[in-house]
Amino acid sequence: MYKIISKQVLNPTVTKMVIDAPLIAKKAEPGQFIILRTDENGERIPLTIADFDRENGTVTIIFQIVGATTNQLNSFNEGDYIQDFVGPLGTPTHTDGLKKVAVVGGGVGCAIAYPVAKKLFDQGTEVHSVVGFRNKDLVILEDEFKSHSNVFKMMTDDGSYGEKGLVTNALEQLIKEGNTYDEVITIGPLIMMKFVAKLTEQYNIKTVVSMNPIMIDGTGMCGGCRLTVGGETKFACVDGPDFDGHKVDFDEAIKRSRIYKEFEKHAYEESCNLLNKEVK
Amino acid sequence: MPNMKIPRTDMPQQEPAVRAKNFLEVATGYTQQMALDEASRCLNCKHKPCVNGCPVNIDIPNFIKQITEENFEGAYQVISESSSLPAVCGRVCPQESQCESKCVRGIKTEPVAIGRLERYVADYHNANNKEKAVKPKSNGHKVAVIGSGPSGLTCAGDLAKKGYEVTIFEALHTAGGVLQYGIPEFRLPKAIVNKEVENLKDLGVSVQTNMVIGKVLSIDELMQDMGFESVFIGSGAGLPRFMKIPGENLNGVYSANEFLTRVNLMKAYQNNSTTPIMHAKKVAVVGGGNVAMDAARSALRLGAEEVSIIYRRSEAELPARAEEVHHAKEEGIIFRTLNNPVEILGDDDDNVTGIKCIKMELGEPDASGRRRPVAVEGSEYVIPMDCVIMSIGTSPNPLIKSTTDGLDTQKWGGIIADEDGLTSREYVYAGGDAVTGAATVILAMGAGKKAAAAIDKALSEK
Repeated sequence: MYKIISKQVLNPTVTKMVIDAPLIAKKAEPGQFIILRTDENGERIPLTIADFDRENGTVTIIFQIVGATTNQLNSFNEGDYIQDFVGPLGTPTHTDGLKKVAVVGGGVGCAIAYPVAKKLFDQGTEVHSVVGFRNKDLVILEDEFKSHSNVFKMMTDDGSYGEKGLVTNALEQLIKEGNTYDEVITIGPLIMMKFVAKLTEQYNIKTVVSMNPIMIDGTGMCGGCRLTVGGETKFACVDGPDFDGHKVDFDEAIKRSRIYKEFEKHAYEESCNLLNKEVK
Repeated sequence: MPNMKIPRTDMPQQEPAVRAKNFLEVATGYTQQMALDEASRCLNCKHKPCVNGCPVNIDIPNFIKQITEENFEGAYQVISESSSLPAVCGRVCPQESQCESKCVRGIKTEPVAIGRLERYVADYHNANNKEKAVKPKSNGHKVAVIGSGPSGLTCAGDLAKKGYEVTIFEALHTAGGVLQYGIPEFRLPKAIVNKEVENLKDLGVSVQTNMVIGKVLSIDELMQDMGFESVFIGSGAGLPRFMKIPGENLNGVYSANEFLTRVNLMKAYQNNSTTPIMHAKKVAVVGGGNVAMDAARSALRLGAEEVSIIYRRSEAELPARAEEVHHAKEEGIIFRTLNNPVEILGDDDDNVTGIKCIKMELGEPDASGRRRPVAVEGSEYVIPMDCVIMSIGTSPNPLIKSTTDGLDTQKWGGIIADEDGLTSREYVYAGGDAVTGAATVILAMGAGKKAAAAIDKALSEK
């Protein structure tokens, strides 16, 4: 069992939790993920590590409430215990030798982009961060990004905060202003990563995307997380989650992410009803 | 005197039409009278050929003799001298190609049903013996076991009985390895696996779940920082193979590992499970081994209307146990042998709609001694399907190899180990599927047992 040290609501749909997991904290690197189960009957869900504190032995997760499991997880409070918490899984994001990088985060994907930006910034890389949200209410980690970026761009779909537009608009502008990046690292919704990769392909900038497909074990055992990258099948859990954005078959990944949509919708509605009843 | 008159006692089982709709155990087990009858058929041969057929050398005639004397607990004690998982082996061992294949009664009639008797004895013990195993006095030596499948459980049990302080590290959230995630409830009830794990805990074994060795801790850390003097690697062969044909990433294509893990470990067959699974109507399982049979029969129990096994060789070459094939057929699984998939077809949303197969015929024998299947040119045809399960084998997980310097492996990933299980690293042993590639529960147990004896020898001579 893994204790929840603290819980913080970042916005109405996104929650941050700091979990007591000293062994994982000791080894974790940006880009890696954990798999958790809320209780004995829970499903296993992967969440990327948002931060870690080796000294205090904690791992931070930031999750969006999208399904039954994240809904239940969000009902837990400080001092409660999570049944299972396993990691660090996957391959860390490659950061060695990078001089200038654009980090592009979208929505809750910013929670994963942030530790990457932080590591790059702390090692002396020039970091240009572009973050995008649907609107002002959904903004997370603004201060954290600002303090770990040389250039910071905030975009919202509706213009309620920062500039109006998509992350690709801001990134293209930065490129056109003459910025040359060793790499673009982008983490967010599949559709966003697809278009970031399309943009950078035109400018011939190496682009790394972080994939978060459906998975069970996270150790290469089930193959549920497979993707087509450069015509080859790869397992996101062990070969990734980072891949060359210009080679990922995003259309396939988007379709695969919808396999259990109906089931999840049903499970989520049931979990909502259940939790609502408990509240009464 | 052995009873030469009665035939081999049939195993009572659920009717095929009934069991095809539930996940309860197919074979319901001998009654006491059946066990006595069957045990009376044993000749108690002096040269005990059956014992040589058993990978862990259980003293078979002796345990059967105890049954004839109605000393069922005594029979259990005889078995447990050699085997730590009798209730498991009595159910899933391929006895027909091991102990029972050597039985003298099998020459003229049918062999003694050794496996069924083993199961009876183990179930008797589990039902009647309320005494808990006691932790032996510690000898102060610490051993780490990676993986809690059959080889790891056996190695841990044998060492714990000798007084070693054993810790099992399991990557998943529940111990048992393939016994837990792979073999379905209707063939091996999970209560039995859990009971075996509890027994080990009573013996003092510490079982740590959620520990992916190679990620959270390395073998070097276990040995240098945590004081484990020896390590046994029983990490299995969990990496699924795919055919590399078009359409394999469509929605509705599973590896057998994923499908079975969802059903077994994640309990997707229970109504209250939060784990989603596809309830397909027409299911194709590609492959002919025991895992393929398990996947096909699980799909049927989840409500599929039509389940086919697609296998490229002929029925005679099916690697699955005859009993599993027989059970699958009884339940209505369709066997499409001498067929090989060449493509999986899907609709605009990438959902599986069918499987394109090519017909095969048998040619000259290949390296395995089996006749090589050859494609019949121009014979492709499409069978409508909405789910395809790939069950064409697994290979060892590279996680440990890639994080352990000096651990030699074969090209295909198997860890190189000698007869005792010793690897290229001092005090590091390995066994089971991690060494041999996908094989059987009992062979893995045999390897765990040998390694335990070798570890005991190495550490006591240290």
